[in-house]
Amino acid sequence: MFRPRLDGPAATVPVVLEGRTVRVPFGASAAAAVLVAGFRSIRETPVGGSERAPYCMMGICFDCLAEIDGVPNRQSCMVEARPGMQIRRQIRARRIDPAPR
Amino acid sequence: MTIEFAIIGAGPAGMAAAVLAAELGLETVLIDEQGSPGGQVYRGIERSQPGSLLGTDYLAGRPLAAALRASRADYRPRATLWHVDPDGTLYLSTEGRTEMLRARRVLLATGAFERPVPIPGWTLPGVMGAGAAQILLKSADLVPEGRAVLAGQGPLLYLLATQLARAGAPPIALFETAPLENYLGSMRHLEVLWPGRRMLIKGLGLIIAVKRAGIPIRRGVRGLRAIGRQSLERIAWEGGALAADHLFLHEGVIPNVQVSLALQLRHEWDEEQLCWRPSLDEWGRTSLPDIAVAGDGGGIYGAEAAALSGRLAALDAASQLGHIGETERDRRAAPIRAALDRERALRPFLDRLYRPARSVLVPAEDEVVACRCEEVSVGQIRRAARLGASGPNQLKAFTRCGMGPCQGRICGAVVSAVIADTVGESVAEIGTYRPRAPFKPITVGALADLDTGESEQETAEASSHAAPHPPADAGPSLSPQAGRGSMPPIPLAPLVRSGLG
Repeated sequence: MFRPRLDGPAATVPVVLEGRTVRVPFGASAAAAVLVAGFRSIRETPVGGSERAPYCMMGICFDCLAEIDGVPNRQSCMVEARPGMQIRRQIRARRIDPAPR
Repeated sequence: MTIEFAIIGAGPAGMAAAVLAAELGLETVLIDEQGSPGGQVYRGIERSQPGSLLGTDYLAGRPLAAALRASRADYRPRATLWHVDPDGTLYLSTEGRTEMLRARRVLLATGAFERPVPIPGWTLPGVMGAGAAQILLKSADLVPEGRAVLAGQGPLLYLLATQLARAGAPPIALFETAPLENYLGSMRHLEVLWPGRRMLIKGLGLIIAVKRAGIPIRRGVRGLRAIGRQSLERIAWEGGALAADHLFLHEGVIPNVQVSLALQLRHEWDEEQLCWRPSLDEWGRTSLPDIAVAGDGGGIYGAEAAALSGRLAALDAASQLGHIGETERDRRAAPIRAALDRERALRPFLDRLYRPARSVLVPAEDEVVACRCEEVSVGQIRRAARLGASGPNQLKAFTRCGMGPCQGRICGAVVSAVIADTVGESVAEIGTYRPRAPFKPITVGALADLDTGESEQETAEASSHAAPHPPADAGPSLSPQAGRGSMPPIPLAPLVRSGLG
């Protein structure tokens, strides 16, 4: 779990994490938002179902895969948090939903 | 659309190259995956304030980013390179929009990433790279909550400890894993002490700052393990254990060679830095005529050296494209090269001092996860190697190791080293993965929307000549490769035009 440093800038960007609104500092990635919001993990692996949290924070490890604004398998550490962004944990492999008509 | 010079990556090498190239009159495009310039070392540099708790070395990135903003170079943030052809055709995805861009010369300035540190329990939430924790501080002023332990070696570990202390979140301990023989080994390079005095004094200053902050330092830590059920609960080592909420690991950085390997540039195993690196000449030229490499993607020398090598590559590109003559190129390069030589002089000493313990590349414990994506253990790699998987690419067919979304970025170095150790060959002989496009995931919809830059008519003609089924030779570029030998890269453009992309 991470928190804004005490004399740092205020957390002003509202994002929606698993339906709950959380404010994160400007410049935070979607992955950082998950760490601030207090979730233990960001995804469960497709192979063993084990919980994972971001490891590299720079687009290398793919352990921060999440569903962002309805698109699964996004590298959440590479996506800047924006107001109203919908972030969901990625549970195992992404779903392939029928295309909307 | 064809431009003269495309640079991949807006870290120190890419920024410096773009600024100089634009100044020399080259039509320059700088492509970067992040939203603002700086790369990882200068991450979030434009939001930094004078007197930042991150320190003066970090603030050295500010003039570079400012020069980039002021230059005529076409800087394109949030653009992901997902494929590149050997002729300089780039395939980009920018916030869901895909496009092709042809460049007469390409400079890869893709930088470095933290060497993965495979210890028991390193996949548990709560364990991350020290650089990752630093990125959270640089980009969003975030600090760890609860008890944090830093473990590994190298200047970044001490730097992060002091930065976190200044940010009001000091770690409860710093564990140094450097083997004792490193100190003896580095003594063979004592000739660097005088030329490298500035950097050495800086290093000593960091150690003193950590001690002053009251952070306990434990040296010679071996057998580190992360323990917990669903997330990290405690850390154990030979002779002790400690409850902790965070473990930040660091064993140095290695070049990010994903794109240069995919291009099948000639690479070599660097036995001093224990990593793969592309073979480069003194201008950063590679084994392909139109592709060059600058910065830590070509070997680890640090941010200042990266900017210098970026400038050399820009001068060479300007000369190759006829903007300046070779004499002018060499005249301008001389002082840059002298500065670069000074930066690089200390490196053999540092490489020896911070050489990772053998267990970082070849974990002793069979149960350690090597491939985090496909959850393949070191033991499974050893078994497959004994059964005849002679190289990393063949290992994929045995175990799926390296076939997950990270495409072997994390497990690559460990896989080569574990196979080499098991079969008794050198890492250089074993080789490494052959990564393929797309380098980063893109949706099928984004791929279908690709604008190839051709008119409707041309596209229609190309389609009418295309076979109704994928041509036989399309196979190797689209399927994982088994075995050590690999096929030459196949240009993607014809496939995309014929609707097979």
